[in-house]
Amino acid sequence: MLSSVSCLLFPASFERRSEVSVVPSCVDRVEGTGIPVRGDNIDTDRIIPARFLKAITFDGLGDHLFEDDRAVTAEHPFSNPAYQHARVLLVNENFGSGSSREHAPQALKRWGIEACVGESFSEIFRGNSLAIGLACVTVTYEEVDRLMAAVERTPSMRLVLSLRDRTLEAAGRQVPVGIEGSVRDALLTGTWDATGMLVDDFDVVRGVASRIPYIRGF
Amino acid sequence: MGKTLLQKVWDLHTVRRLPTGQTQLFIGLHLVHEVTTPQAFDMLRARGITVAFPDRTFATTDHIVPTLDQGRPFQDPLAEAMLSALERNCAEFGIPLWNLDSDKQGIVHVIGPELGLTQPGMTIACGDSHTSTHGALGAVALGIGTSQVRDVLASQCLPIDPLKVRRIAVNGELDAGVFAKDVVLEIIHRLGVQGGVGHAYEYGGSAVEGMTIDERLTICNMSIEGGARVGYVNPDQTTFDYLRGRPFAPAGDAFDRAVSWWRSIASDADANYDDVVEIDAAAIEPRVTWGINPGQSVGVSERIPSAGSTGAVAEALEFMGLTGGAPINGTKIDVAFVGSCTNSRLSDLREAARVAKGQRVAPHVKALVVPGSQAVRAAAEREGLDQVFRDAGFEWRGAGCSMCLAMNPDRLEGREVCASSSNRNFKGRQGSPTGRTLLMSPAMVVAAAIAGEVTDVREALAVQP
Ligand code: SF4
Repeated sequence: MLSSVSCLLFPASFERRSEVSVVPSCVDRVEGTGIPVRGDNIDTDRIIPARFLKAITFDGLGDHLFEDDRAVTAEHPFSNPAYQHARVLLVNENFGSGSSREHAPQALKRWGIEACVGESFSEIFRGNSLAIGLACVTVTYEEVDRLMAAVERTPSMRLVLSLRDRTLEAAGRQVPVGIEGSVRDALLTGTWDATGMLVDDFDVVRGVASRIPYIRGF
Repeated sequence: MGKTLLQKVWDLHTVRRLPTGQTQLFIGLHLVHEVTTPQAFDMLRARGITVAFPDRTFATTDHIVPTLDQGRPFQDPLAEAMLSALERNCAEFGIPLWNLDSDKQGIVHVIGPELGLTQPGMTIACGDSHTSTHGALGAVALGIGTSQVRDVLASQCLPIDPLKVRRIAVNGELDAGVFAKDVVLEIIHRLGVQGGVGHAYEYGGSAVEGMTIDERLTICNMSIEGGARVGYVNPDQTTFDYLRGRPFAPAGDAFDRAVSWWRSIASDADANYDDVVEIDAAAIEPRVTWGINPGQSVGVSERIPSAGSTGAVAEALEFMGLTGGAPINGTKIDVAFVGSCTNSRLSDLREAARVAKGQRVAPHVKALVVPGSQAVRAAAEREGLDQVFRDAGFEWRGAGCSMCLAMNPDRLEGREVCASSSNRNFKGRQGSPTGRTLLMSPAMVVAAAIAGEVTDVREALAVQP
């Protein structure tokens, strides 16, 4: 019963917690070609339809990106060989709305995407992307529209995203990108994989838990 | 200046400020289901970590559950593999699992409140975006992804940026035939599908204060459809009365102590909000979505918007095969679905049965009612609701997510149009890439099932619109 858990607050296993080591992998720069996916409110059911969530690993998800959209739109960018090796995804407003499925950013990452540049992102998508080291940065509608048009004209055009400088460079032009300080720090320092950081000082976690009324059993 | 519930709960659960500037927030209750967790448990194993607080963690199965033949192994080997993985993981890490053979099994957001696991002032996490549902009892409940599930399993904590609070005050009285679902569809329509990004929505006002917990659950459930990750209602006497006697609620003297603490964590009268929105309940009519996101809805007496200059409306109309400027009333349907974590509780089924009683589903419509949990199913059967539905030509199913999404045998075929009490009308959401969803209240779904087309439930209930 929940009301009697206070005695179980300190499982033996917690002692091992601070030994957990997660090797940080820092993300400070993404360089490569782009792939534009136009449209507002592209939800996670479109990025990766639910039937592909029926799996116990994330393997092979990249193959099913936008599968239903691609079935009805022959010229979907993810079906276009010109964008095959893209690293930077260009999107419009509220990208990744809907379900909390991490499968959406996982599928993008497994396909080869290393950064998303768009007008805005849904909150859970952004959090899930950060949790797997995939950077989501924002630019204005005008900028992303221009970038999309440029990439559509010249798919081989290189884009360079610098998280350190908060800039995106393409075709000799540099534009500022938006990114929360905490997200940028997490990517730059490799703490986007939060496990190590969260278990770092477990005594403090125990202390906080022990002063919460419903954990103490009121 | 007073504080909001969000601020109070946040402060109480803050472990520390992380080097990144985020808050490390302690999570009081972690709910687990089969879809978003197998990879998280694998990552734990790969790192040699155990679950930090298995007693704050509870599991059930809902998304992949067949609602007809639940014999094991399931016919779908992928579904079988997922449930087997959950069984193995829960056994290995010492997490209680309410499986298909348990009377506590059901949709994770239905059973949490039902069992009294969900309580005011808690922080709750679950690998599912509709975790916002639990805010109806005054909890701060966050939908998370799989890597974050791993982190909560490992540490019972999440790294998180602070949220702003928008108070949405719904004042006045709802018309007969207008439900909590209509209120939340109206809110999302008004504020937009990304209006809530960066915010917690605090729902209040006399209409919300007058609502039952079930109705509040419906509203909080769809916060995420408005972009808000968290939605909540301040705990009040209705909340305490709801929790009293539930299996995991405190009992005896502890209950009274709990109530006084629960009262204290509600937002102060002079709390400072980042934003306040007022909504007049009396002006809300039964709503129906016409498009491909939950913000695209109209009142049942209104017309579908014309494409005009925006590509979004044109795209939605094209996908839906609807004509801009036409009335939504009279739109033909093929399937009617009463269910999902939005609207599958006993009170929803009662309202639906009230409309179904003595009627017949239109011959061309396939109609099903899927209770949200085994407890709801049993209670409904005790009241004879299953018979009302069966007599009217509805199928009466086992508890699960069913046709809300395409992870079990219940799904749309081809371009079918479904009147649905669920929460998402995204392209492909109900299993067919070209299937079409019209979101509405359970009573409206039943009215549509009987008429064979979208119709005003107020007329069906013989209430003058
Ligand atoms: S009923 Fe639908 S929205 Fe709710 S948890 Fe199940 S799949 Fe998700």
